Amino acid sequence: MSLDAPANPWFSLAYVRDNQADIVEALGQHVTLTVQAVVIALAMALPLAVLAHGRPRVATAVLGISGVLYTIPSLALFAILAPFTGIGRTTVLIGLVAYGLLVLVRNILVGLEGVSPGVRDAARGLGYGRLRMLLTVELPHALPSVVVGLRLATVTTVALVTIGVVIGYGGLGQLMFRGFASSYRAEIATATLLTLAVALVGDLLLWFGGRLATPWTRVGAR
Amino acid sequence: MTILAEAFAWLNDPLNWSGPQGIWARLGEHLTMSVLAVLLATLVALPLGIWLGHRGRGGTLTIVAVNTSRALPTFALLLLFASTSVGFGNRPTVLAAAIFAIPPILTHAHTGLLTVDAAARDAARGMGMSAGRSLAVVEIPLALPLIAAGLRTAVVQVIATVPLAALVGGGGLGTFIVVGFGTRRFGEVLAGGLLVAALALGAELVLSWAQRAATPAPVRAHLAGQRR
Repeated sequence: MSLDAPANPWFSLAYVRDNQADIVEALGQHVTLTVQAVVIALAMALPLAVLAHGRPRVATAVLGISGVLYTIPSLALFAILAPFTGIGRTTVLIGLVAYGLLVLVRNILVGLEGVSPGVRDAARGLGYGRLRMLLTVELPHALPSVVVGLRLATVTTVALVTIGVVIGYGGLGQLMFRGFASSYRAEIATATLLTLAVALVGDLLLWFGGRLATPWTRVGAR
Repeated sequence: MTILAEAFAWLNDPLNWSGPQGIWARLGEHLTMSVLAVLLATLVALPLGIWLGHRGRGGTLTIVAVNTSRALPTFALLLLFASTSVGFGNRPTVLAAAIFAIPPILTHAHTGLLTVDAAARDAARGMGMSAGRSLAVVEIPLALPLIAAGLRTAVVQVIATVPLAALVGGGGLGTFIVVGFGTRRFGEVLAGGLLVAALALGAELVLSWAQRAATPAPVRAHLAGQRR
């Protein structure tokens, strides 16, 4: 049988070697999109959570609106955004930020609400004002919860970037789809493994960063 | 704003609603795929979650399942399936959506049974119920709110995943988005996006009501009392 289908392995070092430039470019796009989206989402989530903190009505409104956004499927969100924001990077970024926002607002809010009343009373007794209390007491206390939110947002964002393929900015999703379109298994498998690796590395870095930023939680655990 | 007008013109054209590639047909495909995927996932995850939770084991398994499903893009699994003998189109989508629906059902059922009050379980046994009977008439009803929550999450998630079928040559409402992008008719893209979003939000609404209805009245009263 000399007419056998050509070899189409799932893993091929030759593919990685020959397409290094492509892979690095897609990986770079994936990582920069993720980092940008999470940073922007955090920058928006912090003031929103602070605003909602202690104001149950605002909290319900903020969580409700971001909950509705979160329910909209990613493909549909990109489809709704694209006609207005254009076919490009911005559209993908806006979509990713929208999804990260809910996770972050919810976790920051949980962290802020979780500060024990005793601690707050003590700070107030020491003459702390609202702003000083927020910056030096409440936010540090909320930090572990913020880190959990950041890890969750990062991992889900890494997975979501791949849907950006409909707009042509899907990072590693771009490689996956090209591999699918040309029935090239090695390309799909490599991109998938790299996506998992990006999520894992991001998660570990944030976990480690969180540990460094909250040394007191380890003292308490001992 | 012309694109918005185009989208509504597209939605208002009766020709776009009828026929084998019309909105109604695509909606039918979408729902059929969703139901199949949820059924598949439920068949696997629900008995497993109930059993593991009942035995008080499997905590690590559920955590691993959830974490992996978060990091692995649905799109990647879909393409992996589509490149094998599973074939193009709807079948790999149903399979991928089902696999991603397993973690929410599994973890919710697991937690639900794990957190059943030990006193209630003891009382059931003390009344002479067998383990199976206690499971059926005491533990599962008490875990129903969480089991229903898991199913609801799974259904909404599946409905949100099925549009991806269009990227691998399948049907469903995602086709309008993908075809629209391909032909640069952004009115159709927007209309497709709105349809999919409306379906997902509608499902979420209906199911949150169904979840309430599925919760036994005494449990509901108990939960309301706890919240107060």
